[in-house]
Amino acid sequence: MSPYADYATGEPVADTKAPAGPVAERWDTRRFEAKLVNPANRRKHTVIVVGTGLAGGAAGATLAEQGYHVEQFCYQDSPRRAHSIAAQGGINAAKNYRNDGDSVHRLFYDTVKGGDFRARESNVHRLAQISVEIIDQCVAQGVPFAREYGGLLDTRSFGGVQVSRTFYARGQTGQQLLLGAYQALSRQIAAGNVTMHPRTEMLDLIVVDGRARGIVARDLITGTIDTYFADAVVLASGGYGNVFYLSTNAMNSNATAIWRAHRRGAYFANPCFTQIHPTCIPRTGDHQSKLTLMSESLRNDGRIWVPKAKGDTRPPAEIPEDERDYYLERIYPSFGNLVPRDIASRAAKNVCDEGRGVGPGGQGVYLDFADAIARMGRTAVEARYGNLFDMYQRITDEDPYEVPMRIYPAVHYTMGGLWVDYDLATTVPGLFAIGEANFSDHGANRLGASALMQGLADGYFVLPSTINDYLARHPHADEIGADHPVVQEVLAETEDRLHLLLAVDGDRTPDSFHRELGELMWEFCGMARSDAGLRKALERIPQIREEFWRRIKVPGTGEEFNQSLEKANRIVDYLELAELMCLDALHRAESCGGHFREESQTPDGEAAREDDAFSYAAAWEFTGTGEAPTLHKEDLVFEYVHPTQRSYA
Amino acid sequence: MRLTLRVWRQKNAGTEGAMSPYEVDGISPDMSFLEMLDVLNEQLILSGEEPVAFDHDCREGICGACSLVINGEAHGPERTTTCQLRMRSFQDGDTLDIEPWRASAFPVIKDLVVDRSAFDRIIQAGGYITAPTGSAPEAHATPVPKPDADFAFEHAECIGCGACVAACPNGAAMLFTSAKVNHLGVLPQGAPERASRVLDMVSQMDEEGFGGCTLTGECATACPKGIPLFSITKMNREFVQAARKGR
Repeated sequence: MSPYADYATGEPVADTKAPAGPVAERWDTRRFEAKLVNPANRRKHTVIVVGTGLAGGAAGATLAEQGYHVEQFCYQDSPRRAHSIAAQGGINAAKNYRNDGDSVHRLFYDTVKGGDFRARESNVHRLAQISVEIIDQCVAQGVPFAREYGGLLDTRSFGGVQVSRTFYARGQTGQQLLLGAYQALSRQIAAGNVTMHPRTEMLDLIVVDGRARGIVARDLITGTIDTYFADAVVLASGGYGNVFYLSTNAMNSNATAIWRAHRRGAYFANPCFTQIHPTCIPRTGDHQSKLTLMSESLRNDGRIWVPKAKGDTRPPAEIPEDERDYYLERIYPSFGNLVPRDIASRAAKNVCDEGRGVGPGGQGVYLDFADAIARMGRTAVEARYGNLFDMYQRITDEDPYEVPMRIYPAVHYTMGGLWVDYDLATTVPGLFAIGEANFSDHGANRLGASALMQGLADGYFVLPSTINDYLARHPHADEIGADHPVVQEVLAETEDRLHLLLAVDGDRTPDSFHRELGELMWEFCGMARSDAGLRKALERIPQIREEFWRRIKVPGTGEEFNQSLEKANRIVDYLELAELMCLDALHRAESCGGHFREESQTPDGEAAREDDAFSYAAAWEFTGTGEAPTLHKEDLVFEYVHPTQRSYA
Repeated sequence: MRLTLRVWRQKNAGTEGAMSPYEVDGISPDMSFLEMLDVLNEQLILSGEEPVAFDHDCREGICGACSLVINGEAHGPERTTTCQLRMRSFQDGDTLDIEPWRASAFPVIKDLVVDRSAFDRIIQAGGYITAPTGSAPEAHATPVPKPDADFAFEHAECIGCGACVAACPNGAAMLFTSAKVNHLGVLPQGAPERASRVLDMVSQMDEEGFGGCTLTGECATACPKGIPLFSITKMNREFVQAARKGR
């Protein structure tokens, strides 16, 4: 057994910030109990925000509006390009405009249940409460949501729920919400309240006397590595799905900010909880650099099927109705094609494993719009999904109005992330994590249209309220500067790492290592995980890491724009994070949500949760590269939504 | 497919650039244009040369990072972003010229990467609605007629890639600027700042060194998101009205 897997269990970790009392009152109570910073004193506080997606953009703008000075960073050339922009489907809110029985409590209930009872009730309830304010805020900013002819907002239903609570802007909801946040941020940049550092990537966290005081970041144009200081640091750097190489994430989305913070003391929670999205365009060959998502909203009108017979290679139009298996409608008659993502993905994997997959390599299932077109006409389908159909056609050269789409699951979102309490504070005082970078709200599986909701809730409403409490209670007596010994040490470590990457001068490209790691993770830590497979991966990852440091080739220098160096440095962190993901998956010998352990299933092949043994969040403490981390458990208590085996039949 | 590429190589903003020839082989028609460049770069790294720098991120046509002029056309021969362009749009044996956006307001940083921060400064000048967090009224308080909402959306689709500027013979940023002016101007929420918005954004646009508009229409032809040319004439009307009001 790899010594890495020989982890120790340390003291439990607990959220101490959520007040007692009825769950519906906790957020009000917390906001009242949290200390405030006098408006006149806010100007004296600087907050670093890393990332400009929905969470980071919203937080930067709002903190600046409150009077704080914000230093904001993004690796992209403009804050408008953060990957939130690619979210297609929509954003949930418990407005109940449809009068269809929705409520804050139902959104809360759906999210806890959808997360397979692995999320903290207090946080999820707050998310549901805030959801309604988000829509108001975005409309006021000019986000052009879809509207009815009467001028009021339109909504639709989305995977895993039975009410229409999803607000949308055609298939570009993420883009429109992000531009709203970007514009609010731009206003604050113009006002001088936010100093924006584009094309600047955080490479390490500066912790002095146990508190987060700044970051080390590299200017990607000049290569200059610099230090930046603040009274608090907020990480809004997104998820870590790119560990898998192929995912729906942007090419440069990466885990470096959160992983470096983890190395400096922030616990990493539930790293194995990754979401595999059921409706992506299947890969076409080894050249594939990323996978493209087709919005889950397509499942509202499209019907998913495969041939009943194995190895049926007839074109779809020649397969008669009674030889098709609409397997989701068959297995889950009440939710049908709208079952949650983890269930839809696993079902697709199962039918492909049975040899009934379609398309090249048999790694695909049909998503068929023939019935929808017959029912509501081509024009109506076009109005709803036109841009998605166009995108599909451009990529595959097939016309989805004539031939059913082919889809297959792909890595899409990571529910795990830095452990945070109710205030979104990590275990390093002064370090906060918001949006996909934290682990807080989605448990073991995220429901559709909830990522945008969480990112904006954290950024616009939660963090700007809770960070006051930290800043008010912990004023910094001292100024620290670049000459502080701790700062010098962190800076030197970063420079050494980059120099080493450039000095190896081996014979393998950064992408070749990334691809190798990704394939390993997809095979052993993807849609189905087993004890034996995970152990194999844990044995293999340190070998790849060793080979990486021996054979990596990074051309050019560190004192210039160097995309190979950027990539290689991110892979250094993936090679460590991957190991923690596998260990977390190995230790959690139950199936829940997106984490499916082959050893833990019901007789009919559904995920079998083990609440007695695993009703906790696993927060891992870093102890050294390749060294066994320490596990801290946060017990999850369910007072309002009682854990049941999820049933979507 | 086998292709000859002639790629703009420029070490940094301070040095002269030039076209360099490369050969790539084994290109699949299913590859995206950027995946073809990935193949070239893997080849270059292994042979000890520096790979070609280019901006890219989401690779699904929405972030607006990718920005190549291919055979003289911004984003190449199809009306889409470079990342969504597939190699099936080309023939085996083709020679492709690959250049960065060319505009004085977009200086080259390296190879095919340019500095588009001028766009950010145009938005900072007024491309927003002042609505501090927490101040919003109930979303249904102000109904927006569907045609207006659809018009706003059509203009809000701009991804800020800069193809309009690259395609314009004058290097003008009118389509980019007008898209935001029209998106926000048509909505009731954007009305209070309507006049100052157009004046401030246009003034910032001029300050950044973009060229003047002669309504050639190349911008709208190159736009991967289909922002219409009338967007510009509509902004011009807004501008005149606002200037008359004197604010």
